[in-house]
Amino acid sequence: MSLLSSNEAEAILKKVLSFSKADELEATLQGGRAAYTRFGMNSASSSGDTENLSLAINAHFGQRSGIATTNTLDDQSLEKTVRAAEEIAHLRPEDPEQMPFLPKQQYETIAASFDEATYNADAETRARAVAATIDPARAKNLTAAGIFDHTGGFVARANTVGNFGYHRSTNTSYTTTVRSADELGKTGSGWATSISHRIADIDAKAVGARAIEKAELSREPVQIEPGNYTVILEPNAVGDLLAPMMNLFAARAADEGRSFLSKKGGGNRIGEKLYGDEINIYTDPNLAASPGAPFDAQGLPTRRIDFVRAGVVQNLNYARFWAKKMSKEPTPFPSNIVMDGGKTSIEDMIKTTERGILVTRFWYIRFVDAQTVLLTGLTRDGTFLIEQGRLKYAIKNFRFNETPVKMLNNIEAMSPVARIIGSERAGANLPILAPALRVRDFSFTSLSDAV
Amino acid sequence: MKDLADVALNTAKQKGAAYADIRIARTLNNFINTRERRVENVTSTETYGFGVRVLVDGAWGFAASNKVEREEVARVTDRAVSIAKANKAIQRNRISLVPVEKYPDATYTTAVERDPFTVPLTEKADYLLKVNAEALKVKGPGPMFVTSNMFFTKEEKYFASTEGSSIEQTLIRSWPNFIVTSVDPKTGRFEQRSSLGSPIGKGYEVVAQYDLISEVPRAAEQAIQKHTAKPVEPGRKDLVLHPTNLWLTIHESIGHPTELDRVLGLEANYAGTSFATREKLGKFQYGSKFVNIKGDKIQKDGLATCGWDDDGVKTMEWDIIKDGILVDYQTVRDNAAVIGHKYSHGASYGDSWGAVAFQRMPNVSLQPAQGSANISADDLIADIQDGVYIEGDGSYSIDQQRYNLQFGGQVFWEIKNGKKTGMLRDVAYQSRTPDFWNSCDGVGSREHYRLGGSYFDAKGEPTQINAVSHGCPPARFRRINIINTGRKI
Repeated sequence: MSLLSSNEAEAILKKVLSFSKADELEATLQGGRAAYTRFGMNSASSSGDTENLSLAINAHFGQRSGIATTNTLDDQSLEKTVRAAEEIAHLRPEDPEQMPFLPKQQYETIAASFDEATYNADAETRARAVAATIDPARAKNLTAAGIFDHTGGFVARANTVGNFGYHRSTNTSYTTTVRSADELGKTGSGWATSISHRIADIDAKAVGARAIEKAELSREPVQIEPGNYTVILEPNAVGDLLAPMMNLFAARAADEGRSFLSKKGGGNRIGEKLYGDEINIYTDPNLAASPGAPFDAQGLPTRRIDFVRAGVVQNLNYARFWAKKMSKEPTPFPSNIVMDGGKTSIEDMIKTTERGILVTRFWYIRFVDAQTVLLTGLTRDGTFLIEQGRLKYAIKNFRFNETPVKMLNNIEAMSPVARIIGSERAGANLPILAPALRVRDFSFTSLSDAV
Repeated sequence: MKDLADVALNTAKQKGAAYADIRIARTLNNFINTRERRVENVTSTETYGFGVRVLVDGAWGFAASNKVEREEVARVTDRAVSIAKANKAIQRNRISLVPVEKYPDATYTTAVERDPFTVPLTEKADYLLKVNAEALKVKGPGPMFVTSNMFFTKEEKYFASTEGSSIEQTLIRSWPNFIVTSVDPKTGRFEQRSSLGSPIGKGYEVVAQYDLISEVPRAAEQAIQKHTAKPVEPGRKDLVLHPTNLWLTIHESIGHPTELDRVLGLEANYAGTSFATREKLGKFQYGSKFVNIKGDKIQKDGLATCGWDDDGVKTMEWDIIKDGILVDYQTVRDNAAVIGHKYSHGASYGDSWGAVAFQRMPNVSLQPAQGSANISADDLIADIQDGVYIEGDGSYSIDQQRYNLQFGGQVFWEIKNGKKTGMLRDVAYQSRTPDFWNSCDGVGSREHYRLGGSYFDAKGEPTQINAVSHGCPPARFRRINIINTGRKI
């Protein structure tokens, strides 16, 4: 078994700490199971079921530290890994910025983040879900690919200055892409997804049906010219643009002049209004839709932190050393990223749009210039022209070059939020919840022949 | 290990597997991260375990565990067989495998002069702090920042299969690197320049060969120069790409679209499919006659170089694009069978003991010019009236069928009347893959061939990484769309 109870994990960690010769030592034990079924060409392609249990040791001697890991957990290997971390710490130069380990902390118990049924799901359950996409796709001469995955496990941490924490969590997602059998250039492609910490929330049949519908609607796309358009971005597309920007909310980089959140002449932009009035972005470990962990990788207790409120930058992420230097409270690593939404459904957004483009998702998003948070990427798997309040036809995909800072100043309508899986599985590990948005003046810069 | 392998292979056969393999692998990583005058982080990681893959009634199953013990091997093999049996219900296309030779007692080790895992930590840390000190000597308009790192990996893996193979391999890869950042407090802007050397399939000797201590002052000066560089005038211009930039364009616009699993549709839900569809094989003009692309897993110092792939196929070199024509794909045993090939090119890889092996990119490289002439980047530049010369890799993005590409770089130089003039900023090139490669009208010669590459090529669900090299000389491309990426927020 790789899913240890709190007591089992604590017993191993105590043993590890007993081997310590360091001034301070911290150990983190993680274990669990990851299983999945993949499919492509309307058929199973690969599947896996992996169990692992791994230990990370961080040893401190004065201002020197060393980290070593292992996943061989007999007594001899545990001691060997402690010695390896200590040896690294002995040999390396001092780091004046190293912070001591945290003493005993008070952690909440967030039991809702673990679901037994998700942890124990089997290959038959996954195969039934996959059949619910493949069979209707085949019946319509469409081709489906996708994955049904579920992971779960625990993390436990302990140190020689009295701290201990334990937490369990699960995660599962079902994603499918359905394509039509038309010749190149006329093909339709539709994508749909569902993600949760509870497998009972995954309605594979509904996900498959949505992808099939989008694939059929997407056939024979029409070419229109790139340019600046009003867009309706589905939540997955919004979350994909939000995530890279939120990665830049580090206080130190801002204070040092290396961020879009740096102030000209020095300091950071906390307190400045960078976004529209309706923009609130925060993290909250107790969110019912996406419960987080009670502590982060440094051992800091997690809590709600508002990053943006009514368009104004409220907080940045302060690592422990930088917080101390700047006389600020350290911030735990976010448990999730949430952008508040509104009340307008996507259907209502479409009905009230004179001319615009509906974007299902983006793909291959990369920074072009971190200075302006300029991102590039492409639309994919369901891009449609809206005219006079209705979807007119599918259009060829576009490349965009756009900054979310500008986008979040150009919002005309927002839907309720949904948990997303972005391109390259953004939001699968650090949950992202975002609304659909109608945004004016979004910049598409070139056409793509890709479907 | 052979004993444990026998447990897996015999259990699988008893339970009805037509084919089975086991990979028992230990992966070691060693990272050192520094910034300015201090060592931030030193980490050594080790992970050890095994994975068993079985083919039962034409369906794959895979299971893995970190407990490398006989009973666990039997239990995990049983689980792999159960998964394959469960998948039968959704196995519409029966999996079959092209034949493979058996290699009952094979070994391979990356040829290194110095194993990085035996180099003292103090030597590594001292070197990186010297790199940083050299960067900090350079004075800019405001604060200078520098981070430098070393990242070493070692894969020790044992593979055995029911075909009769038993293969031990040790693969070593190394990557020293830095990033310099210059801040101008007056404008509120920051500019960066990364080191130009890629990760490579070598040992610690690469530290001396890349010579970051010599490169970093020039990099710091270039970061400062970017503050006042001329913003590029957008439009169609001729391009010369240094190998430190071109490797990534090869990776994205030729490497990925010629993976057979993408062509077949197996990656449609994630990385996507490919425009290089099967009816194009043997006739599609992918590029000009200057474009000759080979796939290989045998190239000296290549990140993907090894003796056998994770299907147990002996590695090789082959043509993918010949005189501009698409002639072949990258293949593995199961996909090669789908298109009727007689053998696999050996492109199978799983990134750890816990990850199933599937099709991953081999080294994919642009061949240098034939003949005895020495053709350098300067020689290619000499024939350009209005163009841009780009060194180093930067921003990169391409669509899910690999048509629309957009790339940046580290350093951009204006070319006027056959000469590099001043530095440019805010540059990206955007094109359509076949247009781009058909616009190539010159490549450098063997003397200027160089390996670039990535440690972290991501693919598949669950995502796995792959280390892959791309060799190339500098090359020239005509009338490419240059965009200006400068914005104000």
